[in-house]
Amino acid sequence: MSGLLQPPTEPDGVLPAEPAGSLGMTTGYLGATAATAVAVASRYTPAAWRLLLRSATFYVGAGIVLFWIVCAIFGHLFAPYSPFTQQLLNTNAAPSSAHWFGTDGLGRDVLSRVITGSRDILIITPLATILGTILGTILGLAMGYFGGVFDLIAGRIVEAFLALPIVIIAFLFIVALGPSTVTLIVVVGLVFTPLIARTVRAAALVERQQDYVSASRLFGESPVRVMLGEILPNVMPAILVEFTVRLGYAIFAIATLSFLGFGIAAPTPDWGADISANYIGLLSGYWWQTLFPALAIASLVIAVILIADSIERVLAS
Amino acid sequence: MTADSTPSSPPPSAPPSSPADPAAALSVTNLDVTYKVRGQDRLALRDVTFSIARGESYGLVGESGSGKSTVALALVRYLPSNGRVSGGKVSINGLDPLSMGRGALRDLRARTVSMVYQEPGRALNPSIRVGKQIAEVFGIAGQHKDQATASAEEMLRKVQISDPARVMRRYPHELSGGMAQRAVIAMALARSPSLLILDEPTTALDATVEAEVLDLVAALRQEFTTTVLFISHNLAVIAKMCDRVGVLYAGQLLEQGPARAVFENPRHPYTVGLLRCIPRRGQRKDSDRLDTIPGFLPTPGSSMTGCIFAPRCALVQDRCRTTDPPFFLVDATRTSRCFFHEQAPDLPRATPAAIPELAEHETDGADGSLVVMERLSKTFDGNVRALAGVDLVIERGETLGLVGESGSGKTTLARVLLGLTKPDAGSAVTLHGKPLSPDARRRPREVLRSLQIVFQNPDSALNRRKSVRALIGRPLAELAGLSGQALQDRLEELITSVRLEDRHLPLRPSQLSGGLKQRVAIARAFGPGPEVVVCDEPTSALDVSVQAAILNLLADLQQTERATYLFISHDLGLVRYLSDRIVVLYLGRVMEVGPAETVFAGPHHPYTEALFSAVPSLDGERPDRIKLTGEIPSAANPPSGCVFHTRCPRKLTTGECESTEPPLHEDEPGHQIRCHIPLAELRELQRSQSVPSQGGSQ
Repeated sequence: MSGLLQPPTEPDGVLPAEPAGSLGMTTGYLGATAATAVAVASRYTPAAWRLLLRSATFYVGAGIVLFWIVCAIFGHLFAPYSPFTQQLLNTNAAPSSAHWFGTDGLGRDVLSRVITGSRDILIITPLATILGTILGTILGLAMGYFGGVFDLIAGRIVEAFLALPIVIIAFLFIVALGPSTVTLIVVVGLVFTPLIARTVRAAALVERQQDYVSASRLFGESPVRVMLGEILPNVMPAILVEFTVRLGYAIFAIATLSFLGFGIAAPTPDWGADISANYIGLLSGYWWQTLFPALAIASLVIAVILIADSIERVLAS
Repeated sequence: MTADSTPSSPPPSAPPSSPADPAAALSVTNLDVTYKVRGQDRLALRDVTFSIARGESYGLVGESGSGKSTVALALVRYLPSNGRVSGGKVSINGLDPLSMGRGALRDLRARTVSMVYQEPGRALNPSIRVGKQIAEVFGIAGQHKDQATASAEEMLRKVQISDPARVMRRYPHELSGGMAQRAVIAMALARSPSLLILDEPTTALDATVEAEVLDLVAALRQEFTTTVLFISHNLAVIAKMCDRVGVLYAGQLLEQGPARAVFENPRHPYTVGLLRCIPRRGQRKDSDRLDTIPGFLPTPGSSMTGCIFAPRCALVQDRCRTTDPPFFLVDATRTSRCFFHEQAPDLPRATPAAIPELAEHETDGADGSLVVMERLSKTFDGNVRALAGVDLVIERGETLGLVGESGSGKTTLARVLLGLTKPDAGSAVTLHGKPLSPDARRRPREVLRSLQIVFQNPDSALNRRKSVRALIGRPLAELAGLSGQALQDRLEELITSVRLEDRHLPLRPSQLSGGLKQRVAIARAFGPGPEVVVCDEPTSALDVSVQAAILNLLADLQQTERATYLFISHDLGLVRYLSDRIVVLYLGRVMEVGPAETVFAGPHHPYTEALFSAVPSLDGERPDRIKLTGEIPSAANPPSGCVFHTRCPRKLTTGECESTEPPLHEDEPGHQIRCHIPLAELRELQRSQSVPSQGGSQ
């Protein structure tokens, strides 16, 4: 339209003198409905992150994860022994002042193996989860946005995958492809894809009903642009929560696969593999060889779930 | 006002109903309520004092954020956990709910006070049959099971449900909104409460259903002699339902008195301003602009000295800013919390009434049909006919008002026009005589930029993750092909014309008030330079004072941008103010179409007539002429013949209405009515007599 817009002809006083950003203005008086309104207003804003930084569970979870990351990178510098050194005269030693966590069947220091055993798990799980999240997000967005026949077919396939136990599927893939770090990442990533897709689809379906999606169609935006530019930012919080939750499961899945012998090749220290190598010792009462790696896995899983939990609570509060 | 300022009551002249009035069913004295938000106490109600005599109906009216619901919640101690009564007294039938123990409080809630909320669906337990839920109330009152069931059925009959036995067996989701609200009212009255609190009971209902429920409440009030506290944002509803009214603003009562007197001759600047925001007495966009109330509600909990309305008041003097005004006695029955209540009726306008002068436009190619819709049909899920052969023309430069209850097909029509919903085969939409693709994705850019929309709910229409700049800028880049400085200039131009400011540009929608959000949505729609803008209930989510500013803005933009509007609304007052022509839809069919003034003058289609009668008016100019009963039938199974015959109070006895669908008859040029009754006869009927309402509803 060529006609110039006229400047306001009406001394409109509707604008506030103070910045419009105050919460009070968006919610009016903080009445019965205000509690939810405040939450909605603060969601997805920096305020949400400040809230996260006030949550004790987040600090505990983040602290533990950070500890294991430090161990993974610098563990070999401060571990009391080399994780590979075998002391054949001192096998299956119970915890003592010299070996806090005792030694294993080959006389290796369990503490040193636990400290350095986090490395592979901390590389493989995030990469696998990121891969699964990216693929799942793309699939879920497309299912939620296009709906119809595509959703129907993709949905059935996703459900078929969900019906099978994760470890069994992974097991099949690894047997077929041969174990390697890359295979582990790809396999766990693919196994998680349908799970994440399902969550993203549900969130995208809700967003698709919103008028802003119709509006963007009226602005001539392509489906890809609507999905990635309009819908994705709004389902990001759901994806973030799903990612952290899946990260916890991924640690468990990777550890399980190593336990079954499809993970990291010996003698590299690895929690799952160490449990697998030593659990037979439980029968002889060598509990420390199994307990400490198991506790290490548990601590990492719990820490990640604590983080997921606090993120979810902040986003939902 | 701060808590330690001079006590404002008893003021120089005490309110007429003194707090200690023993005859009062409810008395509230100096009530303060605070909410704790992020560790800070915020005063939500300050010094609220009113009382309701036994059998009286008292209305609390206020915009959102005024604290009206907080009053209702505080009375029965239902405040959320972060809220508390921080001062004042409440007395219900001489009992003090604020100090009583748990047992007594439960007893009070069970026997003395009943509440009805806006959403009937939430008040009913979805997993228990309606009959059992109502019978439960009688059971608590001590009745035996069979007796309670019988009482419940009797109660449903009293709320004019014609087949109570059947409704008793239903689950709440199987009832329509109006029916569910009746059931809730039946439950509320089952306790024969001495105080009935109605919090926006009809806001979620359609106009004709609202009228029915309001009539029902009025009739039941007579029968049960219940004291009613009626809370609403809708001034006309309060005017219709209440004996006395209190105007609440930012947690403070500003004016009180008999409803009629307050609305006809308001004596507080806020009430005056509020009433001027509503188009009345046939006001139209060509005659004058609506007045607005400048400014915003004060930030909740901000401690301020002086009158709480002072920052927005045109009569403000130094005294208002320093001293909290007490209640002044306007006459024996009325009070106003304003030093200058005598000048209040002469409040200067905040917005000039004059219509902005415009340079004469070169008329390119005269008027004429811009959009032509032919045989527009849309069937959902194979059998739900949302639109059934609609023929409609939108003239260049006009505002076409689209009226109808929910389910009439208004929004579907708009979505088909925009290409968001694919119509059935055989439907045709043309723009400038060129046929349009039914799918927006297949329409060329020029067509997309010609047809834009302002949605009802800006929260849904604006992507909450984007800044105002991105929201308005996107369509400029996509459709108008602007970039760089040109885009920046156009952006500036747009936000100026919708009266936003530069500092709003980086903000997200959640940081804006409802009115500002809708301005962003309007700027976005006008950005690409559209020829037709669909306005789908653009103000129904907004407060009255904000609505006026938005309507003015739309009227101004229509002049400056020379846009054509398809204006969808259920509010006939708004449609009358803004529209040049009006279309009345019912079950996806055009019932009446014509120039706005002709449609309002009559003869009307009986449905249009019923819509006019249903809407409560502040002017009292429309007598209740005809009433509809029941609700709009399902579009999956429309009635035979004339689809309106199941509810039509003027249905012919010849059986013609049931058997054949009437054609559109032309009255004056351009005014058409789809009815078997000859138009001359219809005119005569509507001039003379009123049709009694049909019996029980279903």
